[in-house]
Amino acid sequence: MHELGVVFHIIDDLTEVGKENDIEKIHSVTLQLGEVSGVVPELLTDAWKWAAAKTELMNGAELIIETLPAVTYCEDCKTEYETVKHGKICPNCGSEHTYLLKGNEFMIKEISAT
Amino acid sequence: MDNVRVIEVKRSIFESNDQDADKLRGELRQSKTFLLNLMSSPGSGKTTTLKRTIETLKDKYRIGVMEADIDSDVDAKAIAELGVKSIQLHTGGMCHLDADMTRQGIKELDVSDVDFAILENVGNLVCPAEFDTGSTKNAMILSVPEGHDKPLKYPLMFSICDVVLINKMDVAPYFDFDLEKCKEYILMRNPKAKIIPICAKTGEGIEAWAAWLSEQIDEAIK
Repeated sequence: MHELGVVFHIIDDLTEVGKENDIEKIHSVTLQLGEVSGVVPELLTDAWKWAAAKTELMNGAELIIETLPAVTYCEDCKTEYETVKHGKICPNCGSEHTYLLKGNEFMIKEISAT
Repeated sequence: MDNVRVIEVKRSIFESNDQDADKLRGELRQSKTFLLNLMSSPGSGKTTTLKRTIETLKDKYRIGVMEADIDSDVDAKAIAELGVKSIQLHTGGMCHLDADMTRQGIKELDVSDVDFAILENVGNLVCPAEFDTGSTKNAMILSVPEGHDKPLKYPLMFSICDVVLINKMDVAPYFDFDLEKCKEYILMRNPKAKIIPICAKTGEGIEAWAAWLSEQIDEAIK
């Protein structure tokens, strides 16, 4: 929903990284995106193309998205299960007392640059 | 493409905003200003609640309001009529406010003579929950017609709120709204949340809400 806003944050962060590392041009950016991070990769890529083109440092840089699986933990039966498949209710015991272990990550992993 | 280097960044997208938000919280603490970030869906009664809150507390504290609703000329006027300082924040079509935009708003509002600043965030339960604004406390309004299962649909929003106001209690009999179930769902996401049922129109529960606020403001400005 807020893909464009997120892209502006990425650009700000990478501008900083660019200065710190004396970079002239960024060729690609690899992101790690949790399955339930709430960001739609297609929209993110579109927003990225549009916004990156406005900067000299990132114009034309490819956005590579790695998806990380989401896992939920059940406090009652102490098991882990796939969040996307089963949601909030534990498929093993039917409990609602569950919480997300991982899957909402949103990281800039690495860039390739000259 | 000679000498292409791969540089590990390993940085969370929200990290820089989170750091900026912490910095802003420190600045507000220094200037003895309490900042409330008020969030809700559109149509939950945010402006009516805000008006009630201001009427109840304006003799006790110096209040300033930042309106971030996209189409809120009407709201801004209604607030200004109450005789408190208010400004319109320009989100540039964005679905949320981040710490930097909030800082710009705080600067424009000039909080040197404000004890209690209120940020009326964009009407949306998704994006504002992801971006820390740097506020002292987070509040959200859930209105009865939205249904008691809303905490199940927007867990993140409920998990970051210090206080949840359940508004429009006067129409509860007309909707299948189960207050106890709603409280249970909220506490499931956030055991620390303070829950206050109110009706901004009739004034029900406003006293309890004002008391909670006063406690928080006094702590922040002492």
